[in-house]
Amino acid sequence: MTTIDITKASRWFGNVVAVNDVTMSIGPGVTGLLGPNGAGKSTLINMMGGFLAPSNGTVTLDGNPIWRNESVYKEIGVVPEREAMYDFLTGREFVVANAELHGLDEQAAQKALATVEMEYAQDRKVATYSKGMRQRVKMASALVHDPAVLLLDEPFNGMDPRQRMQLMDLLRRMGGEGRTVLFSSHILEEVEQLASHIEVIVAGRHAASGDFRKIRRLMTDRPHRYLVRSSDDRALAAALIADPSTAGIEVDRAEGALRIQAVDFGRFTELLPQVARAHGIRLLTVQPSDESLESVFSYLVTA
Amino acid sequence: MYEPTVARLTYRALLGRRRAAILFLLPALLIVIAVAVRMLVGVDDGVAADVLGGFALATMVPLIGVIAGTGAIGPEIDDGSIVYLLSKPVKRPTIIFTKLIVAIAVTMAFSAIPTFIAGLILNGNGSQIAIAYTVAALVASIAYSAVFLLLGTVSRHAVVFGLVYALVWEALFGSLVPGARTLSIQQWALSLAEKIGADGAIASDVGLPTAVILLVVVTGLATWYAGQKLRSLTLAGDE
Repeated sequence: MTTIDITKASRWFGNVVAVNDVTMSIGPGVTGLLGPNGAGKSTLINMMGGFLAPSNGTVTLDGNPIWRNESVYKEIGVVPEREAMYDFLTGREFVVANAELHGLDEQAAQKALATVEMEYAQDRKVATYSKGMRQRVKMASALVHDPAVLLLDEPFNGMDPRQRMQLMDLLRRMGGEGRTVLFSSHILEEVEQLASHIEVIVAGRHAASGDFRKIRRLMTDRPHRYLVRSSDDRALAAALIADPSTAGIEVDRAEGALRIQAVDFGRFTELLPQVARAHGIRLLTVQPSDESLESVFSYLVTA
Repeated sequence: MYEPTVARLTYRALLGRRRAAILFLLPALLIVIAVAVRMLVGVDDGVAADVLGGFALATMVPLIGVIAGTGAIGPEIDDGSIVYLLSKPVKRPTIIFTKLIVAIAVTMAFSAIPTFIAGLILNGNGSQIAIAYTVAALVASIAYSAVFLLLGTVSRHAVVFGLVYALVWEALFGSLVPGARTLSIQQWALSLAEKIGADGAIASDVGLPTAVILLVVVTGLATWYAGQKLRSLTLAGDE
């Protein structure tokens, strides 16, 4: 069993705090590191991968510090976000080189290439690969030594849906085998499909941790805001406010619309069309006004 | 200490890049100059020493050293592909040492061999001038490679700093300020050439013992420090 422990870790770059006093433990299974762009996910993954020293606190693999400790790479496989590889090599040469650096032979490289289903293009130069192909070869290079821990920084970026499904299957399988798989993403649905356990990072802080469903509920139960235009705004407002799923309604005269705050997301979305129909009101616009991921995350931070 | 896979990747990266064209151009230029001088002036020890000292050792060797030394690691750090070397159970000083060997081999191949050929063309190794400058080029290759590899490890602007050192410090200050010559890889290498060449054929401003000590110390320190810097290399994300 292999665990990465981050204890009271902070990292700042000059005056900018990228990661702020984060404590988390990443164990076997698939863990999703979720957060908006710029939240500090890459900084955290770089610290877990030994490419960045924590300014404060510790990052360890089974109790051993990761920073300045090359021996941890016997256990860790890293799939970096950056595109740069050795473009002048073929896919096979690249993976073989990675295997050799682990003291392994070509057989290990071939096995890894087969795992990511890249054998068909292994003799083409990396420079000619699509983004998804690069991603898979990067993945193969991280798998050659059969690591107990796999760290992936935004692995689904630039992949088409089929490649995404394949990679998700692969990661699920690796998690099922008892490996510690951590991947970062800023896309809720990706994390939802793959990770049973998630860690949420917002603005460098550890915002939430735990079972996906629990966090999803936190996200959907938050107050939702809608902008609604109808054939009779005031009549609609009067009918809606009678129901407990609506917390507040403002008549925005400049916009010629209602600004509605709903507390029970599920109930409100059913209620709105029913009420409109019962009162013979036509709905012209129904627009969520705070659905951006950032607002979802910032809600989580205060929750 | 030597990691063959790192060496293979470094050779291919160095010789496959567009910058590598300079590796072929400079030696070709030296040979062309040697042929032209030989045809115009005939055999002349003084002229041979001027060409080998003024162009081969003073310009070509440091320029090739800059390309090979910084090119052995700088581009990998710049684009982040070094992560594939660093995420392996390979000691970082081993990576530096291997890259140093590659940089030295490339610098020697592209500077010392053409220097020897040019020397033979110029005066057929009269007064041991060809051999003397070839040895100087070999020795200078080692020190330049170590210093420029360190520059490539610590700075994104390694090529600029390397050129400033080679062309401004060694060439310009070296010719104007006598003290600057003591701190010049070119002069240390020349002091070896002076011993090998016939009496009075080649002159250096630095005594041989000083030169040898400085060469060893600078090469050793630069390599050690580059290894330490690579151990603490920080790969910040794109965030």
